[in-house]
Amino acid sequence: MPVSHALIQEFIKILSPNQVLTEEADRLSYSYDAAVLTPKIPALVVAPSTEEQLGKTIKLAYENDLPLTVRGSGTNLSGAVIPEPGDSIVILTNRLNKVLEINQEDLYAVVEPGVITSQFAETVAAQGLFYPPDPGSQTVSTLGGNVALNAGGLRGLKYGVTKDYLMGLEFFDYNGNLVKTGSRTVKCVTGYNIGAMMISSEGTLGIFSKIILKLVPPPKASQAMMAVYDDINKASETVAAIIANHILPCTLEFLDQKCLKYVEAHTKAGLPTEAAAILLIEVDGSHQAGVDEDAAKVKDICTKVGAKDIRVAKDAAEKNKIWEARRNALPALARAKPTTVLEDATVPRSKIPAMVAEVNRIAEKYKIDIGTFGHAGDGNLHPTILCDRRDTEEFKRVEEAVDEIFDVALKLQGTLSGEHGIGQAKAKWMVKETNQATVDFSKNLRRALDPKYLFNASKKII
Amino acid sequence: MPEKTVPRPGSLRELAQLLMSLDNLLVSCMRCGLCQAVCPVYGCTFREADVTRGKISLLENLAHEVIKDANSVDDRLNRCLLCGSCQANCPSGVNIMEIFIKARSFVAGYRGLGAIKRLIFRHLLPHPRLFNFLTGITGVLQGPFLKVANRRVGTSKAAVLKPFLGERHIPSLPSKSFSSRHGSIDTAAGKSGLKVALFPGCVPDKLFERLSEATLKALNYHGVGVFMPADLVCCGIPALASGDSQAFLNLTSKNIQVLAKAEFDYLVTPCATCAANIKENWPRFMASYTETEKKDVDSLTAKTMDITQFLVSVLKIDTTPGTKNSNAQKVTYHDSCHLKKSLGVSAQPRAIIQSLPGYELVEMPEADRCCGNGGSFNLFHYGLSKDIGQRKRNNIVSVHPEAVICGCPACLMQLMDMLSQNNDDIPVKHVVELYADSLPG
Repeated sequence: MPVSHALIQEFIKILSPNQVLTEEADRLSYSYDAAVLTPKIPALVVAPSTEEQLGKTIKLAYENDLPLTVRGSGTNLSGAVIPEPGDSIVILTNRLNKVLEINQEDLYAVVEPGVITSQFAETVAAQGLFYPPDPGSQTVSTLGGNVALNAGGLRGLKYGVTKDYLMGLEFFDYNGNLVKTGSRTVKCVTGYNIGAMMISSEGTLGIFSKIILKLVPPPKASQAMMAVYDDINKASETVAAIIANHILPCTLEFLDQKCLKYVEAHTKAGLPTEAAAILLIEVDGSHQAGVDEDAAKVKDICTKVGAKDIRVAKDAAEKNKIWEARRNALPALARAKPTTVLEDATVPRSKIPAMVAEVNRIAEKYKIDIGTFGHAGDGNLHPTILCDRRDTEEFKRVEEAVDEIFDVALKLQGTLSGEHGIGQAKAKWMVKETNQATVDFSKNLRRALDPKYLFNASKKII
Repeated sequence: MPEKTVPRPGSLRELAQLLMSLDNLLVSCMRCGLCQAVCPVYGCTFREADVTRGKISLLENLAHEVIKDANSVDDRLNRCLLCGSCQANCPSGVNIMEIFIKARSFVAGYRGLGAIKRLIFRHLLPHPRLFNFLTGITGVLQGPFLKVANRRVGTSKAAVLKPFLGERHIPSLPSKSFSSRHGSIDTAAGKSGLKVALFPGCVPDKLFERLSEATLKALNYHGVGVFMPADLVCCGIPALASGDSQAFLNLTSKNIQVLAKAEFDYLVTPCATCAANIKENWPRFMASYTETEKKDVDSLTAKTMDITQFLVSVLKIDTTPGTKNSNAQKVTYHDSCHLKKSLGVSAQPRAIIQSLPGYELVEMPEADRCCGNGGSFNLFHYGLSKDIGQRKRNNIVSVHPEAVICGCPACLMQLMDMLSQNNDDIPVKHVVELYADSLPG
């Protein structure tokens, strides 16, 4: 046991014996997250359940030079919560899971960081309100994790991502002092906009204890359709034309041919596997008539651009069936091979055909299977590599392919990650997308806020 | 029939080698963590080692000898209800039950079974007469020790038995089990033209014999021939859940021997756990059976089904929802994991309830969330079991029902205990009881 017995006793004094995990088997189960990376076993895992405990825990850990990683549900895909090497500590937020306030008049909610995303969305929906961000892991992800990684989801194009809902934050700095930023008001220019800096900070600057989130009125009507294309460029032109016509679908999803084949093999739902790509489009709004009008326009655009088939959902059951293809994209791909490497490179939406062509070229070059689906409306694609991590020779090719995917995304003026985060996985690429000055500036910022460089040191900026 | 024996790993290396036989299954977990959303244990503790992703990671590390403390892995592996919620919800389709059942058997083989478990699994469960005798005696002698806990729910508590029962509120044991009352049954097919083997299961036989009576009544009413040999034994799930695959195989083998001789169309049971165990776990150990047994297991598992499934899907009883009586009882239905997640039976029990004029079905929130019983899980992890059960109880009372209906005797026990301890006057019934009550006679 590398952390001294005396120090463990001090943590137990702040918390309680069952909130301090020291046994190997317990620590081992916090050595990974959802990224396919090498696990690291922390020396200590603690689970504070009050804000006070959280603050004291951070202070004690920092004073004792323990490298520190905050963890919600451990579902991120970039290795952002894999513990630091050495005698490191993991601080769990999942017992800080209270919704403290839902304000119907001023349209905001105050939550603790461990609240589960979809449970929160359901709670506010029960009160007639809407929290739109819906990352793929929403049934288990925490709101603290969503803020720390600026989680996205399917509704990004129209409704934005987590950052668009962050109104304010309270967080602990390395001394265990509570810092407050933002407010419960729509407008607020008090102090620095520290919240914007904490969004996607990946546990490197401070540790959240309270989050104020914006809520919106829910849409009252929606319409979904599937458009089938024999040319991927036409799918992309459709996306551009829809937006040029000033229609913002709430979801505009894309599945390529390989992905369709895997989904069809898994679901036998009668998907057009000969198609080059499909788009799944949903428009929503506050009036049925307006939504119907938008849906008719979208259908018209699809036809004009050259969709060879368009299926409009006539009722809830048909809408559900249309979305089944998208819901099954990851399950179908994940079942095909033991290991699923889910990538996240994002390009300007006009570059989607070029990006998909490049991904397919890379798949061929490295002789690996890649199915691509994603959020066509915001250019956020998920090339998904199917492999077996036990096959070291194959996995080396996978890593090379991933590197090349990043290269291509950057050449197309895109970005390393749309929503999965930088974490450990992409930290070494930061300088390539930005420049050395940006990395240096970020490091200086970090040193100012974390002089011992203990907060998730191997993540984000290295 | 020679006794079956299962090789025991003598060293950590041998245990690791056995676990490596599961490597192809273990590696398919992509660590997405979505099992956290449905795992009843994790829902109480928020500990990663309690959720499937954590357990799979521990097993992988034990298989690769990264962790060498098999006992601590075993302790965590056993904090699981085997409810199958994770498998039903797993996006990569990991065969989790295969991993957990086999791993429990490997690790228990290495660690050894306790004396009490050995005695029960290997010397009590295989002997139906001894088992009946002991439960019968308990049924007679329990009187002075039991105090009524909740009359409406039908539970008692026993201060003197606290060392054994803990805080549990339990139903009292009848003095005669279903099987000792009826002996063996063998009636010819009637108007339905069908004959079934009736596998009551230990709990509906010895504790809730009224479920077995209701099943028999429904079968008789529909002219279904019934075959129930007197020497049926436990389906084996308690032994298997504790990792005693040897005792499990010997129980299975005995049952196969008794059942394979007879001619029948289906094997029905009012116990969801027995049905799920026969269908899923009996074939899981195919390699350990003789050639004849293999064929018998194939044929038996294909014929096995839950009683509500048999009534609705095979007998096609009339389930048209009729007009409700003015005084129809408001009831809610709890989906047993072994019924819904293992057997895919959730529509049939609801169809039966909705067809009965005396009952009105209201759905509770999270109707298919595990009640926390998990058979032996309740015995060894009562605190956790109770925490999980409390959530179920809260969901039940939130819709203010006059009764709760379910399709599994283990859930029945748990729901009775939880409601009784919360002083809720809500009786718990099996679907087949409601149905049998609606029949004449």
